[in-house]
Amino acid sequence: MFAATISILFLGIAYGMVLYIISVGLSVTMGLLGFVNLAHGVFAMAGGYVTVTLMNQYGVPFGFALLAAFIIVAAISVVLERTLYARLYGAGELEQVLFTIGLVFMSVAIVRKLWGPLPQPFHVPHVLDGQINLGFRSFPTYRTFLIGVSVLLILTLWLGIERTAFGARLRAAVDNRRMAESLGINTGRLFSLTFALGSGLAAFGGGLGADILAIDPGYAFEYLVYFLMVVAVGGLGSIKGPFVAAMLLGIGDTACKYLVPQLGSFFIYLAMIALLLWRPAGLFGRA
Amino acid sequence: MRRPAADASPVDRLIASHRLRPIELLPWVIAVAAYFVFPDYLPLGSQVLIMILFALSLDLVLGYGGIVTLGQSAFFGVGAYAAGIYSVHVSGEPLSGLVVAAIAAAVVGVISGLVILRTTGLTLLMLTLAVTSLLEATANHADFLTGGADGLQGMTINPILGRFEFDMFGRTAYVYSLVVLFLGWLLLRRLVHAPFGQSLIGIRENVTRMHAIGTPVRQRLLTAYTISAAVAGVAGGLLAQTTQFVGLTVLGFERSGAVVIMLVLGGAGRLYGAFIGAALYMIAQDQIAEVDPVFWDFWIGLLLVLVVLFARGGVLGLCDKLLLVVRRRR
Amino acid sequence: MTAALETVGLSRRFGALVVANDVRFILEAGARHALIGPNGAGKTTFVNLVTGRLRPSAGRILLNGTDITALSQAQRVHQGLARTFQINTLFRGLSVLENVSLAVAEQAGIGNRMLRKGRANRGVVEGAFALLERLRLADDALVPVHTLPYGKQRLVEIAIALGLNPSVLLLDEPAAGVPSVETRIILDVIEQLPDSIAILIIEHDMDLVFRFARRITVMVQGGILVEGTSAEIAADARVREVYLGERQHG
Repeated sequence: MFAATISILFLGIAYGMVLYIISVGLSVTMGLLGFVNLAHGVFAMAGGYVTVTLMNQYGVPFGFALLAAFIIVAAISVVLERTLYARLYGAGELEQVLFTIGLVFMSVAIVRKLWGPLPQPFHVPHVLDGQINLGFRSFPTYRTFLIGVSVLLILTLWLGIERTAFGARLRAAVDNRRMAESLGINTGRLFSLTFALGSGLAAFGGGLGADILAIDPGYAFEYLVYFLMVVAVGGLGSIKGPFVAAMLLGIGDTACKYLVPQLGSFFIYLAMIALLLWRPAGLFGRA
Repeated sequence: MRRPAADASPVDRLIASHRLRPIELLPWVIAVAAYFVFPDYLPLGSQVLIMILFALSLDLVLGYGGIVTLGQSAFFGVGAYAAGIYSVHVSGEPLSGLVVAAIAAAVVGVISGLVILRTTGLTLLMLTLAVTSLLEATANHADFLTGGADGLQGMTINPILGRFEFDMFGRTAYVYSLVVLFLGWLLLRRLVHAPFGQSLIGIRENVTRMHAIGTPVRQRLLTAYTISAAVAGVAGGLLAQTTQFVGLTVLGFERSGAVVIMLVLGGAGRLYGAFIGAALYMIAQDQIAEVDPVFWDFWIGLLLVLVVLFARGGVLGLCDKLLLVVRRRR
Repeated sequence: MTAALETVGLSRRFGALVVANDVRFILEAGARHALIGPNGAGKTTFVNLVTGRLRPSAGRILLNGTDITALSQAQRVHQGLARTFQINTLFRGLSVLENVSLAVAEQAGIGNRMLRKGRANRGVVEGAFALLERLRLADDALVPVHTLPYGKQRLVEIAIALGLNPSVLLLDEPAAGVPSVETRIILDVIEQLPDSIAILIIEHDMDLVFRFARRITVMVQGGILVEGTSAEIAADARVREVYLGERQHG
């Protein structure tokens, strides 16, 4: 029983970390500009495909493949943002929802055309294969690595937000956009940078989590609910909130899949509905 | 549009603007004509009619009420499963099956509405998505009742009114769907032109003002949401009865997304946008998706992006602009 | 005689910030009363508390003797309380007649009717049109509201409030943003309102205030500084001090 609990926690935390890395960008861009971007999953998906293709087709080492995914997707996202997204910043919620759903449809089709309908095989690099002994018991090396990298990444992100000038401007703009603008902060440029960073992170998360969230054309639709859940429950614009939400979701979903497989995601949806009713602005959001 | 004389009082003109105009009969003329002109396509025709009804139900809450929802499939699916389960376990009588579908969907509508309509924006959107996902997961796992991933088998539908048997050319199904759609349209058209519908428009346009003129906004929206759910449930029930099958795809994100796309393509908040959008979508899907599903996904996505960027009012919106241009040239 | 509107100990705080401080306010029946004060004094907050847009931290609100503190915005409207907003809050895509008809329909209690035939709605539309005629908006009845000049939109704002058949009318800066040539029309309309309606007007335009108001309340920092007839207030030294350095914007 205890062993099972540890396993569930361990896997759940790994899952949650991946969800968080993918979703944090969405939380910030939605909080910053109030833009409902249902296509965020596409960036994670793209990151997964780039990573896996570089590894499988071109023999690029895992670490470099992840970095490449980050850079490539971030660059693409900047182009998308400047040319298309920017036109809809003043538009209503429905327009943004429809527009981004349209993007998802198109991306899914392109991906299916180029890579076929089957999930991409992800081969864990040899050095990360197998089990690692952490003293009291052994854990899968890859998941341990995943948690380790995620923790580093998240800490860097949080420190960056708290300590750098960019982070300060970002927090100011999320808090009160008009005030920030009157202080001379170029929120347009800030947003583009943030969008790129968030999309790059999503891509990184997509590649990193290829073992957990399978890379197939349906990715952007299938996991969308989870990303949105993390953001909605965590609180739009919050950086730390989605972390809590991602942990809850990751551990909760893993626990349910192990303990009550017949009911699967049922409890997760129920729990999310309950949480959102209790705190409509999210756990750490502002009403 | 035929208007009263230009010197008629504004009161008369406003009242007259809600009267039935001849062009509103066009869809019915086309639907009846299609029965005779396309006898080989009647099964597709029934699907179109059912989707029009589904899109109409969405128009009430989205087009008129302004509630952005990705959860309309919850009611469609509940209606479908209710009608299906009713036919398997209780009776194959179709009309009572539709009533059961409507009631089941309305119950889900009122309960979820009570809970969801307290929120707005992304939270609301998320909750609508969560409800339909929840129901999908339930249907998947309650396979003793719903057939799970394999779908509900063993439905038999008796002849309508004891006389009209469902035939293999889809003739009965088509007329059945047409009559139900007609009744649904009558109801929704009346609703929309009545003070109730006008107040929904008010809520959509400026909810602050509506509060300030004494409208019990949440009650009003809940009523609209429940009616919309019932109509969507009837559409789902029709689907179940005419195909004698219910699968998991009646629920979930993709079904909700499809009906939103249909409505927006045609033009939301216009009632007839549902007709145009659903017909275009279903016919195009039939022609394209069978041949090349990847193609379909891409082009529907592109169409959606283009509509949002350049033609927010959908087909009807474009028609409006065209009419303006034509009138200016005169 | 029961006051049309009365607040007792009305307070509202946001954490340490007090935006309404134990406000005791009385609006007599048929009053012509103005609420003035520097920017940020809490005048609009007061209106929001009275109308129910904002919940009070403490205190009670009485409308014609009835305690309405627990009622929702919409319920208060049905008790006879109506307001206009400082910034036009209209149904921009709808015509003027439709805007006012919505209000008249809600007031008549038919806003939720679903199966009413067109002919029966006529009464509502005719009532709305009559209001437009009174406010000299009849010529613009079928024009979409957002195409009207700002001053006329302000009039539509007032027409909607009147369509609610109120016993108490709260006008939040009715002349705000209106070019001075057009304020006279608005003032005429307000002056011609029946005595059966008690009117509280928030304004910065002192000409308008002194022409219209019989009594004036001065609010500063969420609390009432002084209250009295317009003559008393005009002469009050404290009021002059509060406005010292504040040029009126007409």
